[in-house]
Amino acid sequence: MLARSIYKNSAILAAFALLSIGLIAVFHFFTKDKIAAEMQAKLARTLNELVPANQYNNDVYHDCLELDSNGLLAQKELTRFYRMYQDETPVASIFTVNAPDGYSGNIELIVGIYADQSLAGVRVINHNETPGLGDKIEKQKSDWILQFEGLSLTKVEAENWRVKKDGGTFDAFTGATITPRAVLKAIANALQYFKNNQQIIFTSSKNCGVNHEST
Amino acid sequence: MSQPDYGDISKNGLWHNNPALVQLLGLCPLLAVSNTLINGLGLGIATTMVLVGSNISVSFVRHWIPKEIRIPVFVMMIASFVTNTQLLMNAFTYELYLVLGIFIPLIVTNCTIIGRAEAFASKNGIIPSFIDGLMQGIGFSTVLVLLGALREFMGQGTLFAGADQLFGEWASVLTIHLYQVDQSFLFALLPPGAFFALGLLIAGKNIIDKRLQSRAHQTTQVTSAKPEVS
Repeated sequence: MLARSIYKNSAILAAFALLSIGLIAVFHFFTKDKIAAEMQAKLARTLNELVPANQYNNDVYHDCLELDSNGLLAQKELTRFYRMYQDETPVASIFTVNAPDGYSGNIELIVGIYADQSLAGVRVINHNETPGLGDKIEKQKSDWILQFEGLSLTKVEAENWRVKKDGGTFDAFTGATITPRAVLKAIANALQYFKNNQQIIFTSSKNCGVNHEST
Repeated sequence: MSQPDYGDISKNGLWHNNPALVQLLGLCPLLAVSNTLINGLGLGIATTMVLVGSNISVSFVRHWIPKEIRIPVFVMMIASFVTNTQLLMNAFTYELYLVLGIFIPLIVTNCTIIGRAEAFASKNGIIPSFIDGLMQGIGFSTVLVLLGALREFMGQGTLFAGADQLFGEWASVLTIHLYQVDQSFLFALLPPGAFFALGLLIAGKNIIDKRLQSRAHQTTQVTSAKPEVS
């Protein structure tokens, strides 16, 4: 009697599990193309904000390279480099850098650097800094992050990529020193890494991107 | 079985048994996501969708589920609805999906949903369950939106900031800058402010209830014309 009710209940549970999974599968099937398109559009918006689309003519979403930065870009995993070319001539590369020493942990940045080693721009893509204080690194909140465009290690030497309080070139903003300090350090690291590895970044054949992910 | 009164179900969801103000359920997403009006509205809509879906389907299958396994079955159905809602938001409101992030899958832990499935939908027909889900959802969303508006207004002096994330590009014109702040009022934006604002809302509701009650009391006194004895 007990065994029978266990069988019956298990069967009902299994049936509902299948039904739930089936429903999710149906939704997944109908939304997956739209989701992929949205993600690519978002990536395109981010990339074009740093390096305008009229400066290059390669298919950048399918041209990316994953490299191990050996911790210099402070990422545990491989760093993904998107590469822009104008008729085979390298124009710029965009990649993510992590600033691990923010006030509340990691600050993820996306950095665009032109082939002449000057910054195309920097944006924060993910952070947990205090709202109202540290979050002025967001472009929506303050212009602070925009001041780096065009700068390079030749214009501002590596040891000057610090806040003024630490003897560097850049202003911190009211109420926060640790956050800008971390961001500046990460940008300097990115510039240094790019300077040392520019050849590899632009000449290696691609090893990731939309086409590769499906295989 | 007596016909359930839809008016009562609606009043319960919206006011007398409001999930956020009276049952105090689902506070985790309520407090975490209500920092702007649009965030609150987005999560409110998502939660309402899940509530309506789970209430209807629980009510639909209520006679076939043995009561020993009803909870796992409900949880499974709710989880499925939450995942589907997440997929839909990912596809159609991508920016908002990024903002709400972890709080969309966390709808599954919102006790309002399993609570309504267990307390109402598993005992009532499909249409009353639909109404109950909808009204509880709207009740929850209203509080989320109010709380979001209050915190956004006090914290950064705007309303409808980020409307384009929910409705598309054209909606960015909806953003209202009520006053300019150099330094946003952190207390309102951070979680403690959320507790405080929710407390104020609950207090407000209790005051209104008390007023209504004493008025009703007075009316009965007048009609029965009894002398007051204190």
